[in-house]
Amino acid sequence: MDVRFINPFLNGTVQVLKTMAFVEPRAGKPFLKKDSLARGDISGIIGLTGAARGSLALSFSESSILKIVSNMLGEEIKTLNGDIKDAVGEITNMVSGAARKELETLGLNITAAIPTVVAGKDHSISHVLGGPSIIIPFETPQGPFVVDICINAVERR
Amino acid sequence: MSVNKNLKILIVDDFATMRKVIRNLLKQGGFENVVEAEDGVAALKVLKSQQVDFIISDWNMPNMSGLELLKAVRGDDELKALPFLMVTAEALKDNVVAAVKAGVSNYIVKPFTAEVLNEKIEKIVKSLAA
Repeated sequence: MDVRFINPFLNGTVQVLKTMAFVEPRAGKPFLKKDSLARGDISGIIGLTGAARGSLALSFSESSILKIVSNMLGEEIKTLNGDIKDAVGEITNMVSGAARKELETLGLNITAAIPTVVAGKDHSISHVLGGPSIIIPFETPQGPFVVDICINAVERR
Repeated sequence: MSVNKNLKILIVDDFATMRKVIRNLLKQGGFENVVEAEDGVAALKVLKSQQVDFIISDWNMPNMSGLELLKAVRGDDELKALPFLMVTAEALKDNVVAAVKAGVSNYIVKPFTAEVLNEKIEKIVKSLAA
């Protein structure tokens, strides 16, 4: 995977959570994931096309997403309910948008589909391209989440 | 000039959470007269059935996108003068250009704060009054 893609998704994630949820996540060292197992309890997944093709997933631990969404809505949410699932989709959408805006400055015009959300322990993520993905792990005071990206630039002919 | 806080604002977004977030942020700015729709089709039904003073819409939605809704509003004699604020994660230049060409009043890229949202609303309303 092209390393140019990592920073825009990292920056987008921090920007979105800081602005909308008042949470400042700390990024860890990215690593390669070779299986399809999600690294969280609930994931938002969004397809990407254009100058690059692939998919982005955000996988949250239950504890982290409960706090994030509680902050977004200004009310305490204690279970993975419909509000949480909905919010995971929107957070994924916003991170995708923020990252794509930064990628546009690198000359890469990328569009996104409408996200889907999958929940449950040991759920899997099937990236559009198949194959390994890059995980950017994050820590929050309430628990971890990851950005899980599998994307490649489309060769110009 | 102070802005009428009783404006009836229609929030259009397919994510219920985002509609709730925007509603809460509007409340911080003193705007509490709010109705909601989950996509452009539902929004047009609301617009045809009740008086709305301001539209806040997402872009990417099923059934009818925010851009399609904007074009429908601007193409309707009864609705065309309505202030229309696009609030969306779509931040590419082409998106902004398309929205401006279609007659959007202003554009906010997600993520955003209460201050940004309420400032844009006030700016639009004041410019229409001028």
